[in-house]
Amino acid sequence: MAWTIRGRTGEWELVCGLEIHAQVISKAKLFSGAATSFGAEPNTQVSPIDAGMPGMLPVLNGFCVEQAVKTGLALDAEINKVSIFERKNYFYPDLPQGYQISQYQHPIVGRGRVLLDLPDGTTKAIGITRLHLEQDAGKSLHGAREGVTLVDLNRCGVALMEIVTEPDIRAPEEAVLFLKKLRSLLRYVGTCDGNMEEGSLRCDANVSVRRLGETRLGTRCEIKNVNSMRFVAKAIEYEARRQVELLENGGIVEQETRLFDAAKGETRPMRSKEEAHDYRYFPDPDLLPLELDDALVARLRAELPELPDAKKARFVREYGLSAYDAGVLVAERAAADYFEAVARGRDPKQAANWVINELFGALAKRGLDIEACPLPPEALGELLDLLAEGRISGKIAKEVFHEAFESGARPRAIVEARGLEQVTDVGAIEPIVDKLLADNPAQVANARKNPKVVGWFVGQVMKATGGRANPELVNDLLRKKLGLG
Amino acid sequence: MSLDKATVARMAELARIALPEDQLEQLVGELSGILAWVEQLAEVDTEGVEPLRSVHPIRRSWRADEVTDGNCREAILANAPERENGYFVVPRVVE
Amino acid sequence: MSGLNRLGLLEARTLLRRREISAVELARACLAAMERGRALNAFITETPERALAMAEAADARLARGEGGLLEGLPIAVKDLFCTAGVRTTAASRILANFVPPYESTVTAKLWAEGAVLLGKANLDEFAMGSSNTTSAFGPVINPWTPPGTEPGLVPGGSSGGSAAAVAAFLCPAATGTDTGGSIRQPASFCGIVGIKPTYGRCSRFGIVAFASSLDQAGAFARSVADAALLLQAMAGFDPKDSTSADLPVPDWVGELAPRVRGLRIGIPEEYRVPGMPAEIETLWARGAEWLRAQGAELVSVSLPHTRFALPTYYIIAPAEASSNLARYDGMRYGLRVRGRDLVDTYKRTRGEGFGAEVRRRILIGTYVLSAGYYDAYYLKAQKVRRRIVEDFQRAFERCDALLAPTAPSAAFRIGEKSDDPVAMYLNDVFTVTVNLAGLPGISVPAGLSAEGLPLGLQVIGRPWDETTVFAVARALEEAAGFSAVPPRAVEV
Repeated sequence: MAWTIRGRTGEWELVCGLEIHAQVISKAKLFSGAATSFGAEPNTQVSPIDAGMPGMLPVLNGFCVEQAVKTGLALDAEINKVSIFERKNYFYPDLPQGYQISQYQHPIVGRGRVLLDLPDGTTKAIGITRLHLEQDAGKSLHGAREGVTLVDLNRCGVALMEIVTEPDIRAPEEAVLFLKKLRSLLRYVGTCDGNMEEGSLRCDANVSVRRLGETRLGTRCEIKNVNSMRFVAKAIEYEARRQVELLENGGIVEQETRLFDAAKGETRPMRSKEEAHDYRYFPDPDLLPLELDDALVARLRAELPELPDAKKARFVREYGLSAYDAGVLVAERAAADYFEAVARGRDPKQAANWVINELFGALAKRGLDIEACPLPPEALGELLDLLAEGRISGKIAKEVFHEAFESGARPRAIVEARGLEQVTDVGAIEPIVDKLLADNPAQVANARKNPKVVGWFVGQVMKATGGRANPELVNDLLRKKLGLG
Repeated sequence: MSLDKATVARMAELARIALPEDQLEQLVGELSGILAWVEQLAEVDTEGVEPLRSVHPIRRSWRADEVTDGNCREAILANAPERENGYFVVPRVVE
Repeated sequence: MSGLNRLGLLEARTLLRRREISAVELARACLAAMERGRALNAFITETPERALAMAEAADARLARGEGGLLEGLPIAVKDLFCTAGVRTTAASRILANFVPPYESTVTAKLWAEGAVLLGKANLDEFAMGSSNTTSAFGPVINPWTPPGTEPGLVPGGSSGGSAAAVAAFLCPAATGTDTGGSIRQPASFCGIVGIKPTYGRCSRFGIVAFASSLDQAGAFARSVADAALLLQAMAGFDPKDSTSADLPVPDWVGELAPRVRGLRIGIPEEYRVPGMPAEIETLWARGAEWLRAQGAELVSVSLPHTRFALPTYYIIAPAEASSNLARYDGMRYGLRVRGRDLVDTYKRTRGEGFGAEVRRRILIGTYVLSAGYYDAYYLKAQKVRRRIVEDFQRAFERCDALLAPTAPSAAFRIGEKSDDPVAMYLNDVFTVTVNLAGLPGISVPAGLSAEGLPLGLQVIGRPWDETTVFAVARALEEAAGFSAVPPRAVEV
């Protein structure tokens, strides 16, 4: 994506990498048996292990390990047979042990890549540097009372995957595309729900700029708290422009952590110059090296679903869909599955149109996910069948669709109950046509001179039949009676 | 290696331990002595030796993904120096 | 019946099972002894009510012909094991009022086998020490301190309270933990038996951590058989401790016999350290001769990295401790000393909550892990540690167990060596190697020094081979016939 910042002194290029924290979908925490669900009463989902009480020991949740491996496979990444949990030591009230158990020198997943479909139809690979498992911290509440902070440890110890990309991003929009693609992959493999509002997917961006053509990297700033798709591009662009302005005015970029203020749309330095961090990482002696055997990795690979890139290619190939439509349909696994259920034995392009236009539109209007769709794919299929059989018109079909979507009733039942079936019986339509011709001699004369006026008569018949008359049949009948052959 | 006062003070800062000036003075001597003593290790040839990670080969035992713990707020908060509405109360954290 | 406090575990068990004595009587005798022996300062917390309630329940089970391995047997527990509802201090100011809502796996196993808790024994603060002088609850007095000697002799450490309590007949047995010699050295100083099993044999869950890769729970008693019995109840796989081994626990007590015929006993040459007192050397030679006389073959073995064991230990243990003790920050439990702000509160809490030795080790540990020094210290130490492990592996190709002194001296006076940390650390010269290699080791009382103080011999075994360790220890015990009673033993 060609995206540059035109400064006073020339053109500048963005260099950006992302660090994503994705909360692992699991019932229990990474090292304890406490629950992970969102929104519980404070400190009710805390084990003495999470609270860092004396003598408590971590035991690794094997399912979280599997989730990380699955994610690694989805990122087309190397799976490391041996990885090490280390302690990252620092003091903070939401970090009860005084250290975070994380992976440092030996992460569970190594290099991989994610393919982005750019708007110009090309693809771009964003390199994945690594993925590692670590514990989440607790939550601090400030300002409830003067001079104190309240601490809730419910999130403490929940498993996170930290996913780090190479600095391959060159445009703010690419970061958004990457996040969307990553979210899609995570949801496909079922390892993270990707919910940014609840904090299950959090993003930090490392941003630097350099003059176009320069190959060395500039000094980067880490932007924290870009926790919505909407703000990712804004935050990166703001920060890149800030750095360009700074550099063009003879300043230098200081390596620092900055916070994105969504309300003001700007970034600001996060910490006043506090002591340099020295996390004193060392292997956690309470945990053994994490060893994966080939059989486990092979089983997880076999369990992997068809991933979006492969599915998209297949939709184009098998169903003859456009790359764009296929891309829209595969973004969510549930949507792709829905589409396939509708398309089976039907016209796939028509199915794709209905899913993308009518269904997605109706879902968006109600703010629903595809998982919560009130209209099952069999119902939409039934509607398309009614259309294909010529039993309802396209106009009626849309009406039936909305009614089925709202009420949950089946399209056939709606059509029957409301008598919406197309009238294809000549005996039923002929008297209406005859009356119409008799009542409108002037228009009849017109029509004989100008056959386009037949359309007016068709409209009148449709009106009179509540849209149920088969328009082709009406057209044929009128032409015959008007002697237009 | 002999430590200086600034280094010991920095370690105390990292470890969040308040040290009065007189203790700091004494610790510089003691810690320097200990470090000088442990530096004998430099004599050992460890070329190509992997650092020890676990003393015996122990078969891994992973936890099943089941909720078996938690839901014990009273036990978690029982020893808290200060608590309020189910939260731990701590001195204000400055961002 | 008087003198019940002098019964060993197995003797008492026989009498309990025959219903000749009751668990309540036995507990009362020990509680009375503890009261009389308070000058020794062996306990931080006595739990008489709990002891009597547990003893009553044990009596009820015994009356029904039921009961576990330790039914009705009273024991002391080092105050490093978390006990639900009973304060657990680690002998530190920072945990002075901490009452755990959970039970350590080891103590839970003891209660499940019917043992009776008498109280929580004193120790060096966070188990950091070799003299039990760093306790925030005051030093423990070795019951072997001759009358009139002030300030008294140290019981060794860190499990000094446990060792002193058993030696002074306040209880028949006690739990301990051993990170660098904290069971074996006090056992030697107090003239009793102390076993540290293989790393991974006992669960560490619920034991206040000092140095996770070295800490291991073990047992004190006045005989090898009693120590084997207590350890048997403590040991076993625990899914709550990732470093605990999923291996069956042998029937150590049932199989126990002084059997050394055909065994090859290694004598590690490098343990003849410069300046070793002649009486220690003599004791060691005598021990070897006892084993040879009973049919063992003596072989000389080499452990070339022995002299690097203490420096290795004094990097790894403080490094792990500096991180393990970060949780004591005054936020969720334990002492909080209010400061100007959050950081000041942390610093004052930890500055005032920890004693001098703990602070010293945290600072050393922080330093060896800090940026720029990690490779030179911590990583180097883990490499040397592998060398030490390999030394033992090679030695065990040539022998079945090793014989060595437990400590380089008999008990010393309180206050001695306390102004020179390195001199104090040298106490563990013969014991730390065993922790670094994760091996089982036992100290057996083998004789008295010229001053009439007990001296112990140490038997070191292959990983998971406590069976051989107990057999050799039993042979030493039989030959030594150690029966001296400390001058400050308590009679009730």
